[in-house]
Amino acid sequence: MNFDFSDDQRLLQEEVRKMLAATSTSAEVRKTLAGEAPYSAAVWRQLLDMGAAAAAIPEAYGGAGLGYLELCLVAEEAGRHLAPVPLASSIYLAAEALLQGGSEAQKQHWLPRIAKGEIIATAALGSAETYLTPAPLSFDGRTLNGSVSALPDGSVAGLAILRHDDELLLVDLAAAGVSRRALPSLDPTRPYAEISFAATPAQRLGAGNCAALAQRVLDAAAVLLAFEQVGGAARTLDMSRDYALERKAFGRQIGGFQALKHKMADIYTRNEMARVHAYYGAWALSSQAPELPVAAAAARVAATTAYNYAAEEAIEIHGGIGYTWEMDCHLHLRRARYLGQLIGSVHAWRARLGDELVKGAA
Amino acid sequence: MDFRDTPEEAAFRTRVRTWLEANAQPRHNDDERFDEGMNEEQRLAAAKEWQGRKAGAGYAAITWPKEAGGLGGTPMQQVIYNQEEGKFLVPRMVFEVSMGMCLPTVAMWAAPELKARYLPPGLAGKEIWCQLFSEPSAGSDTGGIRMRAEKQGEEWVINGQKVWTSSAQFCDYGILLTRSDWDKPKQEGLTMFIVDMKAPGVEVRPIHQMSGDSEFNEVFFTDVRIADSHRLGPECGGWKVMLSTLMTERLSVGGNLPTNLHEGLITLARKARWNGRPAIEDARVKAGIADAYLAMHGLELLLARGITAVSQGKTPGPEMSITKLVGAKGMQDIAGFAMELAGAEGLLTHDTLGQEWRFMQRLWLSAPGARLAGGTDEVLKNVIAERVLGLPGEVRSDRKIPFRELER
Ligand SMILES: Cc1cc2nc3c(=O)[nH]c(=O)nc-3n(C[C@H](O)[C@H](O)[C@H](O)COP(=O)(O)OP(=O)(O)OC[C@H]3O[C@@H](n4cnc5c(N)ncnc54)[C@H](O)[C@@H]3O)c2cc1C
Repeated sequence: MNFDFSDDQRLLQEEVRKMLAATSTSAEVRKTLAGEAPYSAAVWRQLLDMGAAAAAIPEAYGGAGLGYLELCLVAEEAGRHLAPVPLASSIYLAAEALLQGGSEAQKQHWLPRIAKGEIIATAALGSAETYLTPAPLSFDGRTLNGSVSALPDGSVAGLAILRHDDELLLVDLAAAGVSRRALPSLDPTRPYAEISFAATPAQRLGAGNCAALAQRVLDAAAVLLAFEQVGGAARTLDMSRDYALERKAFGRQIGGFQALKHKMADIYTRNEMARVHAYYGAWALSSQAPELPVAAAAARVAATTAYNYAAEEAIEIHGGIGYTWEMDCHLHLRRARYLGQLIGSVHAWRARLGDELVKGAA
Repeated sequence: MDFRDTPEEAAFRTRVRTWLEANAQPRHNDDERFDEGMNEEQRLAAAKEWQGRKAGAGYAAITWPKEAGGLGGTPMQQVIYNQEEGKFLVPRMVFEVSMGMCLPTVAMWAAPELKARYLPPGLAGKEIWCQLFSEPSAGSDTGGIRMRAEKQGEEWVINGQKVWTSSAQFCDYGILLTRSDWDKPKQEGLTMFIVDMKAPGVEVRPIHQMSGDSEFNEVFFTDVRIADSHRLGPECGGWKVMLSTLMTERLSVGGNLPTNLHEGLITLARKARWNGRPAIEDARVKAGIADAYLAMHGLELLLARGITAVSQGKTPGPEMSITKLVGAKGMQDIAGFAMELAGAEGLLTHDTLGQEWRFMQRLWLSAPGARLAGGTDEVLKNVIAERVLGLPGEVRSDRKIPFRELER
């Protein structure tokens, strides 16, 4: 039995952690919070140059050719440091869709540019929940019309992969007829945009019915997002614990009150449960195991609930100071929501987990 | 049991509603706000104007005697007025601390000349009040405050810092908790004052809260002079005065909870789609709506029990102590569930999603503060466990020792 990452993988994680601790600082994240930049170009450049962002993209396509296990640990560190970068949109979703479903020519054309950071890519692969009713997409085999309501990093993306019925479409966003509108988000550090198409050239990604392909990409993204969530949840718990050791009330450290001890023990328990489900997802993803659908959904549900809880209670543990703009507690509260809803809510994934388990037992 | 008004209550309700219809616009839903598009100055002016109009009709403090500017009415009439006013678009919040905490404290503890000076303009909305208890090193542990009050003749000289003071940036007066005797144990050396927020040496600095608004402040006091006549209660009797304020605070907070949040969820769930079908048809969504009803309508029923006690001239039971605890956490959970209805789009702000989202999104950003203000969840649970259930308190080493020594 060896249910752990290797020393080399941990070494990479350590390097990424050091780099992010130095670059993805609170001050840097807050530039995106204030809307000064849609993402941190400095942090993104470092993640690309280290080969960390493109860890799972093969060398033949300009990536680092390491693998998913490495990318998972990169994601954990990105989450821990609230890295305001387009990892989810460009890497977990778009690059993954290209890798899994793209033609050789499409991969050759786009993956090296994504891996080197020449462009940022984004994707909308279909969410179980919708609210807005944008002009529906229509595709005549050559050109695309209509709108997509909430594309992550849509205002800076150069490529979009979109689900349209049972097809996946690949759209060069530098092409004619593309217009964008940045949309304010409750997590301003990870912005969305609406993108509209008017006779914009587009091509199919993959052949035939792409529902299974889209789901496979979403499963991979669920695992990678879970690592970001686990990293963020661990960081919030660290902040809470450190504060509870330092802050005094009634003549003692507040961390000594059983109410807070049990609260933090609960957070820890959820975090560690999320972590093992995420690890199992990493194993399934990297070994292309048939368990991936179950493992990915479990990782997503556990990590989403853990991060939301850790972030909500971090404010509570910090007291009044936790409710201020200057403390980073609310950055985690916002990010927890963003990561937890980006590819559909916890309810959809819990149902999927149940469905897959029942199917497996039949 | 009968939820209907008695004939007298119904008559009062009609009278109040007639007056409100003549003086304010009806409210159609939770997202509608009186102060749409107003800047802070306009909002303040409008709030003062409204408070003045209420006071003119006797509705500013229904239970207070007529001589004190009230209506000489019953607590039940106050409840009826609040229920009816909730259906109209009127300014909120600005006078909540004045009316809910500060003026009742002044009414209970001040000398007659002070009451005559401060109560009428306070009721009429000419002056706004804030509550200055919490300090950087003493929030839950209010007894640990360090604001220094030194007596010099007939005056007190005040030095120190308060924090989280709601509305201090536009207040005229505040009730201020100080430490006047450092040689007494922590709770026994405290004295309460009325302080003029415009006096020399008072400096207010707004604090940016996580919602992006700045509703609370830091307040610095440097050699601020307060006449001894402005003391509330006896010297070193501040702890008791403060407890009386917190009692009224916790009661008044309960009355402002949005108890119909399940309706807000229904509105959103009718428009949201899950797996291509209206979300409202999904059993999980119905379960979420049911949970919202259980928590928030439960609070309404709890308040009805409190109101019943009040209308019968009794003290509300200990179960009232759970209202803020259930309400604040309920708001947080319901607002989170609302966001989940829209999946990835649930992160977009109401500017994009539509006005029907504004109230829930505000709740999501304010609920963490509601879980802290007026006593944190954990402190309230201690209160329930110790005062209601009679369980033993924490072992405390700081109760008997002079505060000066605790400081070391
Ligand atoms: C929106 C808002 C408005 C406010 N308005 C006002 C105002 O107008 N005037 C005013 O004076 N104050 C105001 N406050 C302050 C508020 O009363 C305090 O924030 C609150 O009492 C908590 O104190 P603290 O922030 O110092 O946190 P702390 O007391 O430091 O608490 C930190 C953590 O320790 C826990 N803790 C502390 N003691 C215990 C214990 N004995 N057992 C278990 N856990 C414990 C708390 O629950 C919390 O989780 C406001 C606060 C907020 C958020």
